[in-house]
Amino acid sequence: MASRRASEELPVIARFDVRRRDYLAPDGSAKRPLPAFTTDSKLLVALYRAMVLLRHFDRKAVALQRTGRLGTYAVSLGQEAVSVGIASAMQDEDVLVPSYRDNGALIWRGVKLEEILLFWGGDERGNDFSGPVHDFPFCVPVGSQAPHAAGVAYAFKLRKEPRVAVCMFGDGATSKGDVYEAMNFAGVHKLPIVFVATNNQWAISVPLRLQSGSETLAQKAIAAGFTGEQVDGNDVVALRAAAAEALAAARDGRGPRLIEAVTYRLGDHTTSDDASRYRSAEDVQVHWKQEPVARLRSYLVRQKMWSKRDEEQLAAECHERIEAAVERYLATEPRRPETMFDHLYADLPEAYAAQRRELSGENDG
Amino acid sequence: MAEITLVEAINLALGRAMEDDPSVVVLGEDIGVDGGVFRATVGLQKRFGAERVLDTPLAELLISGLCVGMAAQGLKPVGEIQFMGFIYPCLDQLVNHASRMRNRTQGRLTCPMVLRTPHGAGIRAPEHHSESTEAMLAHIPGLRVVMPSSPERAYGLLLAAIRDPDPVVFLEPTRLYRAAKGEVEDNGEALPLDRAFVLREGHDVTLISWGAVLKETMAAADTLSAEGIAAEVIDLATLKPYDESTVLGSVAKTGRCVIVHEAARTGGFGAEIAATIAERGLSSLLAPVTRISGYDTVIPMARLEQHYMPSVERITTATRKVCQFS
Repeated sequence: MASRRASEELPVIARFDVRRRDYLAPDGSAKRPLPAFTTDSKLLVALYRAMVLLRHFDRKAVALQRTGRLGTYAVSLGQEAVSVGIASAMQDEDVLVPSYRDNGALIWRGVKLEEILLFWGGDERGNDFSGPVHDFPFCVPVGSQAPHAAGVAYAFKLRKEPRVAVCMFGDGATSKGDVYEAMNFAGVHKLPIVFVATNNQWAISVPLRLQSGSETLAQKAIAAGFTGEQVDGNDVVALRAAAAEALAAARDGRGPRLIEAVTYRLGDHTTSDDASRYRSAEDVQVHWKQEPVARLRSYLVRQKMWSKRDEEQLAAECHERIEAAVERYLATEPRRPETMFDHLYADLPEAYAAQRRELSGENDG
Repeated sequence: MAEITLVEAINLALGRAMEDDPSVVVLGEDIGVDGGVFRATVGLQKRFGAERVLDTPLAELLISGLCVGMAAQGLKPVGEIQFMGFIYPCLDQLVNHASRMRNRTQGRLTCPMVLRTPHGAGIRAPEHHSESTEAMLAHIPGLRVVMPSSPERAYGLLLAAIRDPDPVVFLEPTRLYRAAKGEVEDNGEALPLDRAFVLREGHDVTLISWGAVLKETMAAADTLSAEGIAAEVIDLATLKPYDESTVLGSVAKTGRCVIVHEAARTGGFGAEIAATIAERGLSSLLAPVTRISGYDTVIPMARLEQHYMPSVERITTATRKVCQFS
């Protein structure tokens, strides 16, 4: 016990807090006064519509995959609020550096549904999308996009542009050095960057408790020298508010923030996964009571901003928009094989141009 | 014109590129105040400021990943990896991102970055400081891999690498940093990235090499010349994409070829050249293509490294054999 006494006598040299932000309860009631933007019913409805569209779109994408018309696909079921809420606070000139499950953010920023289908359908043209031209494509190697976002933010700072890089990744990515190296650098230079860790509790089959011994993922920002905040990731109001605050701070030169959005992956990891192998239906059922779409709908209905008729109309609109996109996706002319060499280099070196000719059959005879 | 060393030529090219183009940014460990462990970036921070010449945290993956992000945003980053033995954390970024950003976004985002690193053994450096794993990098589609072997080519090729719209790994022969001297005019003129350089013409045998070991290859050519064997010596200079036509043209002339590289033999870049000659130059061959290389072992530390690297004697012996083959 002597050693314990000795350590108690040592002075505390630093203390840190991690705060949690939430506004809407699962039943759609307000836990505390809501941020000012919630008086803008148009905005709240737009957030709701985007989340519903994403849910419908995911369902269609899975159906396409199951019928052999799409490749492996990652659904956002249960975590729609994160990508939509974060993206809704961004400006066009900001740069999104997403992970592969951030469809909602891409769609909010103007990427067409058929472009997302093209990507998951195995066609690079899906990455040459209609969203902001400077946005990054989906990143598949987990967490490896974080240093890119830091590089982008460094460019903004160097050129004194009031723009922000938004880097999205999952709970699994926080175990990787890439993410920590990027956060560390962002902290050193107080870069205009917002890191968003979508904590959906699962990295394929590995639960959060095997991913990290931290009480929160938000606290990982502390070691990098900036604030981390935990947000109810099923509360789009909280996400939008946290993102707006973090973006404003970053734009003002007050440095980076980390937002940990705590949510739950209600679906499989991807269409290639079967989550019943590692978690029970009962466990998942509990989380259905927390899900973000019903929560916002309840709030909107309570506020008389939304009706049953609106809901029916929205479902019809989503259906129509998605079907039209699927039609365009399926009608997309396939690329000629030799186009795999296009955009490999600005100017294809002769050595590979010969291979391109070989593939196109130009060298025959 | 005064002679300068290879590392001074690198410094000259970096300064020129930064002067000409405000989007050029230099980053790495100890490259700012300290001027780099080999002094390749000396004076640049004073000239161009700490924002454009930045000392990064000690994280190689970060350096390469930052380059990708900066490049996608229109900067022209030149990252330094202190020794080639520390480049491996960057492979994820090079393979998964830098080399394919242009292709996977169909030209929407590009990656005009340069990653510089010292290459090779022979300076009695500590463990992990003597790597020559260029073949690994040359295997990556979408990348360019360049290695100068003289101050003049270091200057011209580095300028070309920085101006190139695609990612380039620039390997600098550590052993020649101060040993190679030559006149370099700071005229801002780049050298082509897709051409090999014929350092010496000859009609009896083609010696192909790159990097520091060209020193031994040239010395071997001198020795052989005294014996009446006229060797043509080619500095490959760019490994990816490499100049097949200069190689095939020379072999068509000489009919004999010895490839000399410091890297281990199995899967080394010499194998690629030998395969090209077998596929497209077989009819002109008068003898089997021969490789003189480092051995297929871990690169030994200082006490044995001289025995690992191709010596003048190994090169001359092999070349004589190739020339006697009939």
